[in-house]
Amino acid sequence: MITELGHFALILAAFTALVQAVVPLIGAYKRWPGWMAVAEPAAGIQFLLTAFSFAALTYAFVVSDFSVRLVTMNSHTMKPMLYKISGVWGNHEGSMLLWVLILTLFGACAAWFGGNLPPTLRARVLSVQAAVAVAFFGFILLTSNPFTRLGTAPFNGEGLNPLLQDPGLAFHPPFLYLGYVGLSMAFSFAVAALIEGRIDAAWGRWVRPWTLAAWVFLTLGIALGSWWAYYELGWGGFWFWDPVENASFMPWLLAAALVHSAIVVEKREALKSWTVLLAILAFGFSLIGTFIVRSGVITSVHAFANDPERGVFILAILAIFMGGALMLFAARASAMEAKGIFGMVSRESALVLNNILLAVACFVVFIGTIWPLVSEIFFTRKLSVGAPFFNMAFTPFMVALGVILPVGAMLPWKRAKLVRTIKPLVPAFILALALAGLVWAMQTERSLLGPVGLFLGAWLVFGAIVDLMSRTGRGSWGKRLGRLGRLPRADWGKTLAHAGFGITMFGIAGLTAWEQEDIRVAYKGQPFTVGAYELTLDDVRETQGPNYLTTMADVTLRKDGNVVTSLHPEKRVYPVASMPTTEAAIDYRIMRDVYVVIGDPQADGGFTMRVYIKPFTNWIWFGTLLMAIGGVFSLSDRRYRVAAGARKAPVSGVPAE
Amino acid sequence: MIKRLLMILLLVAAPVWAVQPDEVLDDPVLEERAREVSKDLRCLVCRNESIDESNADLARELRILVRERLVAGDSNSEAIAYIVDRYGEYVLLRPQRTGSNLLLWLAGPVMLLIALAMALVYLRRRSVAPVAVEQGLSDEEKTRLSKILDE
Repeated sequence: MITELGHFALILAAFTALVQAVVPLIGAYKRWPGWMAVAEPAAGIQFLLTAFSFAALTYAFVVSDFSVRLVTMNSHTMKPMLYKISGVWGNHEGSMLLWVLILTLFGACAAWFGGNLPPTLRARVLSVQAAVAVAFFGFILLTSNPFTRLGTAPFNGEGLNPLLQDPGLAFHPPFLYLGYVGLSMAFSFAVAALIEGRIDAAWGRWVRPWTLAAWVFLTLGIALGSWWAYYELGWGGFWFWDPVENASFMPWLLAAALVHSAIVVEKREALKSWTVLLAILAFGFSLIGTFIVRSGVITSVHAFANDPERGVFILAILAIFMGGALMLFAARASAMEAKGIFGMVSRESALVLNNILLAVACFVVFIGTIWPLVSEIFFTRKLSVGAPFFNMAFTPFMVALGVILPVGAMLPWKRAKLVRTIKPLVPAFILALALAGLVWAMQTERSLLGPVGLFLGAWLVFGAIVDLMSRTGRGSWGKRLGRLGRLPRADWGKTLAHAGFGITMFGIAGLTAWEQEDIRVAYKGQPFTVGAYELTLDDVRETQGPNYLTTMADVTLRKDGNVVTSLHPEKRVYPVASMPTTEAAIDYRIMRDVYVVIGDPQADGGFTMRVYIKPFTNWIWFGTLLMAIGGVFSLSDRRYRVAAGARKAPVSGVPAE
Repeated sequence: MIKRLLMILLLVAAPVWAVQPDEVLDDPVLEERAREVSKDLRCLVCRNESIDESNADLARELRILVRERLVAGDSNSEAIAYIVDRYGEYVLLRPQRTGSNLLLWLAGPVMLLIALAMALVYLRRRSVAPVAVEQGLSDEEKTRLSKILDE
């Protein structure tokens, strides 16, 4: 019954979206306030209906209603509650429902908090947002209905892929979708502005928070996924350049570019048409990502619905929205005249360079991802493009970005003197160089990767600090430090995000350059050394978890004879899915992780063991977290809140209808 | 009972781990090279995993094959060429830089150059724009103005 109600609510939501897509658009064209006003309640209703539908599906999972096909295929009564709930989006149909839920949530937020937008722009934004929703409601209802019933309900379900039964991964998709779908807001604003034919500083100010929020969620979602891969997949890789990872990374790169170019629109009214194009493309890449993950055209580690019919549907959605938006762009972009005038050396130019590097880096990832497909179709060469290609072709862009960032971030607007900007940065540069030189002298192997990573990281962090201090003006150090707290939150956000970028870069370089690995057969009670550590396999036990059986080892980790910790790597078997997984035991520390994996028993009584010493791994996640926190700081800046506060006045002045 | 079940399950689904201790070569320099080569070769039955990372049996065979070639005196590129001869271009994770693949390798640098050139034109236009505004009246306008003033 509840399942049917959920299905019904979803259909109703689809029709609400249809109305919301058409009526306000006509209203905005004809300037009929009544028609435009339809958008606001419709967005709210659409969200509530979708939320009810999602709740109904969640309920079916929670009570294990195996008459619902989706529950049977993805759940099991023995599963812990957290994974029963996360199982709702651990599959194609449910995750699409989450996708539209977030889409309608963003639409509703735009309706609720968009009071300060001009009425025609708001009507058009909500209408475009609803048009996207219509397409995805149609996709769910016509090709991937999560509410399909089974003729005869089985006694139990088939369980969720054990790899996905993990807290890190339970929250990975919602964050990722918040990011993907958040970019739909930027898209809707871009298309609405193109229809409107007007883009000004205010548009930049409205579109930026949405993009920033989407970018923050994408950052967190990607970091969670990467962290999960690190501890779950059993050998501590954190990024594989897998098509599905690239699918989330490309929108991230473009969103990062968009966040920066929207500043130029907001402050200087330049780069308008480029920013609009970027907003369209960023969401386009979100759709491409959805297509890649769900169509199966490109094989990947975690493509989870390989269905050509669905692929064609998403491709059609992609073609309609991208084609339409780009045609509109071609027709209207020339109307968007830039106002701001600036010199070759200026903050504007630096941000242009930032956008070029990010956009071309995204392009490289895109080409690499689709190349196997292109090559097979057009050149009949069946080939692979893997991590070695991406590491070589992508990394230079990030290095270049890291080198210019501290300088670009401090250049004044309009016209700048390069020498004057660089001067305060010289100590930061020298310090970073000295640190890198020291490490170069200290390390045993002659690889440049570590020192270069350290230089970039230090340069970015020190540069961000110099930048922040430069905002405090003149006077004694005490006074300047006192002023730090009163700086706009956007300044803090910028510093945190840029420093986080540096820390992540250093973490990646440090881990890649200085990782130590040891593979051996370990015997009980016989200690062995890896790097500076001594490990002893004390015991191997067999026990039972809630829905799995496990072989658990007790390993003692010692350094200089002192016990550091006791580690318990596991090898689990989930009987329902008859699938083995590894649970690596990791001793997390600031300077290094010790990562222990237990393998198969050997004929002579030993066990295969892999031990990794992974330096600075946590800096990668810490840096990404800092980037996200920086985004949140920037999002809470006064100028957005002031705009939000200004909204209240006109609302109270509107007479009741 | 549980123990027996566990043993059966372990036998049924025994995972084979990437790089087994018995595969590792005694010579650390050679082993290091083998690892390097393995990272560029795809496990053919897996999705986007190198043979160095993969748990599949085929990956293990390829790892052993690579080590055999290196022990036999092949250079890294010779060992890779040997594998490509048998399994085709698909096995390479770092695509060859020949023929149509040049497009792939050059796409990034070429796009960067195009973007930089376009940006340069744009920035030029932005920076010279004020001069055009301050130029004042054109000759045509001046003659027209003087005409009006004369009247």
